[in-house]
Amino acid sequence: MTLETLVEQLDLKCKCCWEKLKAIEVNGGYAGDLLSDVMANSQAGNIWVTRQVHVNIVAVASLKEHAAIVIVQGANPEKETIERATREGIPILVSDLPEFQLVGRIYQLIGNG
Amino acid sequence: MPSEKFLEGIYYVQGRDFVDAGVVSSDIKRALKEKGIPESVIRRVAVITFEAEVNIISYADQGTIQLFVEPGAVTVEAVDIGQGIPDIELALQEGYSTADDSIREMGFGAGMGLANIRKYSDVFTLTSEPGNGTHLTSVVKLDGK
Ligand SMILES: Nc1ncnc2c1ncn2[C@@H]1O[C@H](COP(=O)(O)OP(=O)(O)O)[C@@H](O)[C@H]1O
Ligand SMILES: [Mg+2]
Repeated sequence: MTLETLVEQLDLKCKCCWEKLKAIEVNGGYAGDLLSDVMANSQAGNIWVTRQVHVNIVAVASLKEHAAIVIVQGANPEKETIERATREGIPILVSDLPEFQLVGRIYQLIGNG
Repeated sequence: MPSEKFLEGIYYVQGRDFVDAGVVSSDIKRALKEKGIPESVIRRVAVITFEAEVNIISYADQGTIQLFVEPGAVTVEAVDIGQGIPDIELALQEGYSTADDSIREMGFGAGMGLANIRKYSDVFTLTSEPGNGTHLTSVVKLDGK
């Protein structure tokens, strides 16, 4: 499924890299707030669900070649985070749902990839 | 015949500079891509360099990460000046961390970094002189794990 479809289906707010949503395929997801855990266990092409908003999440997503980052519970990514994500070409999406609900809905749509 | 180990780059890491965490790892990843190193190897090296970089930022004053490429392997050497590690065995245990709250708030400090570096390395050595600094070497073989 493309990111664009996922964004529409889940009513996600897109904070940067809109122009890329159509072309990016999501091949599964990973949820986590511990950066070492995400570094070690997520896969390239995953959509990463987290409640971290600090600029370091962009470095992790970029190194792991994630499809996008989704920040949960309507939290606001820091300005630095958006700027870095724009430079690195990593879409930052925001959902109002709590993490458990959002992951459930993503799983319903794409399964494990 | 001894294999030649080429120094590909030396990257400087500044302690406490969390905003730039990952920049060196990204540079290293780019360098390896340009060299045509296989994706699976680059992925493993990315985990190793990120954790090594974050440890220098979190616990040392300053350091360097050196990247060596030879025909069969990529070697990462992280050397820092700083407090060092008094008990290496303890530091390697998953879940052990001395990170303070400010570090944990950013999502670091899970105590998995060194354990993951060791897990992703084919050869791993970690030595430290408390009060002086730490020296980590990790080799990822092209036909390894
Ligand atoms: N370069 C270093 N200099 C000093 N101490 C270090 C260094 N790297 C790791 N440590 C110590 O080892 C512990 C475990 O490191 P690690 O496994 O990366 O987990 P974390 O960084 O999440 O605490 C750290 O909390 C710290 O006490
Ligand atoms: Mg660490």
